[in-house]
Amino acid sequence: MNASASRLSLCLLITPFALWILLLVLLPHLQMLRVSFQVRESWDTISWGVQQYQNFFSESYYWRTFLRTGLMSLFTTFLTLIIAFPIAWYIAKLARGRAKGLLFFACLIPFWASELVRTYGWMILLRESGLFSTWLQYLGFADGPVEMLYNDVAVIIGLVYNGLLFMLVPLVTTLEGMDDNLVEAGYDLGGNHFTVLREVVVPWAMPGVVSGSIVVFMLTLGSYLTPILMGGKDSAWFTGQIFTQFITRFNWEQGAALGVLLLVLSSVMVWLGLRLTGQSLRKVMG
Amino acid sequence: MVSKQGTSRFRLMKVAAGVAAALLSVSATAEELRLITWGGYAPDDVVAQFEEETGIDVKVTLSNNEDMISKLRATGGAGFDLAQPSQDRIVGVQRQFNIYRPIDYSKVDAARVQPSMMKATKEATALDGKSYGVPAVWGTSGLIVNGEVEDTVKDYTDLCDPAVAGRVSYRLKRPTLIGFAFAMGEDPFAAYNDEQKYQSILAKVEKKLIDCKGNVKTYWTGGDQLLALLRSGEIKAAMAWDAGGWKLNAENPAISFVAPTSGALGWIDTFALPRRGENEDAAYKWINFVMQPEIAAKITNQSGNFTAAKGADEFVTAELRDAYRQSFNEDALNNIKWYPPVPPGLEAMEGQVLDRVQAAN
Repeated sequence: MNASASRLSLCLLITPFALWILLLVLLPHLQMLRVSFQVRESWDTISWGVQQYQNFFSESYYWRTFLRTGLMSLFTTFLTLIIAFPIAWYIAKLARGRAKGLLFFACLIPFWASELVRTYGWMILLRESGLFSTWLQYLGFADGPVEMLYNDVAVIIGLVYNGLLFMLVPLVTTLEGMDDNLVEAGYDLGGNHFTVLREVVVPWAMPGVVSGSIVVFMLTLGSYLTPILMGGKDSAWFTGQIFTQFITRFNWEQGAALGVLLLVLSSVMVWLGLRLTGQSLRKVMG
Repeated sequence: MVSKQGTSRFRLMKVAAGVAAALLSVSATAEELRLITWGGYAPDDVVAQFEEETGIDVKVTLSNNEDMISKLRATGGAGFDLAQPSQDRIVGVQRQFNIYRPIDYSKVDAARVQPSMMKATKEATALDGKSYGVPAVWGTSGLIVNGEVEDTVKDYTDLCDPAVAGRVSYRLKRPTLIGFAFAMGEDPFAAYNDEQKYQSILAKVEKKLIDCKGNVKTYWTGGDQLLALLRSGEIKAAMAWDAGGWKLNAENPAISFVAPTSGALGWIDTFALPRRGENEDAAYKWINFVMQPEIAAKITNQSGNFTAAKGADEFVTAELRDAYRQSFNEDALNNIKWYPPVPPGLEAMEGQVLDRVQAAN
């Protein structure tokens, strides 16, 4: 009686999650995998094959964009980590009471607006007729308008900004759990700033670093708006490619193949990251 | 134990069935027209008036050609009762994806539509003896030019002139390919059904666009983005739609829409019925409603584009009429190149060219 009731409640609790995973994650991906192996022979006949995957390797455009997206995402993740670490340290260890809450809150506020609004904000700052350009001219650093938008640096600025919070939260959480005495002991034993950071702080924060990096990397790799709007005529992003294939070219087969490849790429990167840092997914996410 | 579990499962199913029935009955009460269309084609006041006169709720989804086709293709033509694709994008799409149903022209009030356009659209959307479109709104792509460079930029290829380096923009989409081809002295429309010939034209255009890449500030992707670029003076000339040019002209007379010497590219957006639409009557009611001259003029004033409705010009604002006349004299009007139906397969070729242009350095 009791056992069956608890089993029923477990079923009820797990049903929404199971349905969500099954209907919105698993099924569409399987469908996409199937479509990616279809080859359109003429207008109403299709056959099976790996044509789309061959296209990916034979058209240099695809894999170059793919590589570029992966490398730029890695760089963005690294940069986000470098910027977020001192901030996280300050919030977790140096700020006290009210200041701590306020600082955290300040990091959160930008995320009340959508990605689109944040991106437009940066565009207003960076564009030729924008704020930064005007200030530079006013202060005498530039003679004419300076264009800072429509290049890779602008894209990375936007991406780092979008990822910052997701790096900060896990970092602050892990750093808060660290006993200050450990740091003190490090200095007592003759360590300088650098050795204490390397031998004590970073190893302790590693789970936070890895989980933050995974989230930021995934977000960056899958972001669409920021690279499209802030990147210039030479900037291409893999998600933009997938969108173009699906929506503009009606080529679902190619789009699906590229989508599958993106999924594989991101999974491999995460696996490699975990492997290289000696972390396990359970430890990092738990 | 077993029987207990059985009853509770049964009870659960009964609850689920009850919830489902309740949801269904709610959605079936109000009559509804689900319209997928372009920004500006269904102004709020027009929708309100229609709802008041007919009691039908109108749900508007804003879209563009590719998005419309993709959405309807994903559902096999369900989810919307009325769509407004361009007429050159109907036949090829219909043949491949079967997402529309033929128009019953006896239900359309033909007296309200300009006969020449009605005839042209019927012919352009004909497949297997049936037609799939009613003309709605028309317009052109050409050049939006700032007065400072109007002596330099007179045709599409002039966007590549060193004098305007870094000060121009266009889209990486098929109209750009077509426009450049015409400006280079080719006739891409005549080559629509000759794959080899079309490919050779595309190759020339590809080279031109890659050479021209250094001149471009950025490839624009949305109307608002383009208008912002032109408004702030960051770019001086662009290939774009006439309506956008007239909108800017109203704000700043120095900026105007110019019909290129090789001809503006003309398009007609239609009304088409999605194959699995659920309220055909409401769709015809909407078509006949917006084709009344006063209503059609409201759409023109909102979107900047003229409609196929007869006698609507009288009700259009004077500024818009003047801007239109300034852009198109008699010759320019006769020189408009109207898009013929796109044969299937063409867009795949164009897609590769556009990808290569994007990738080139």
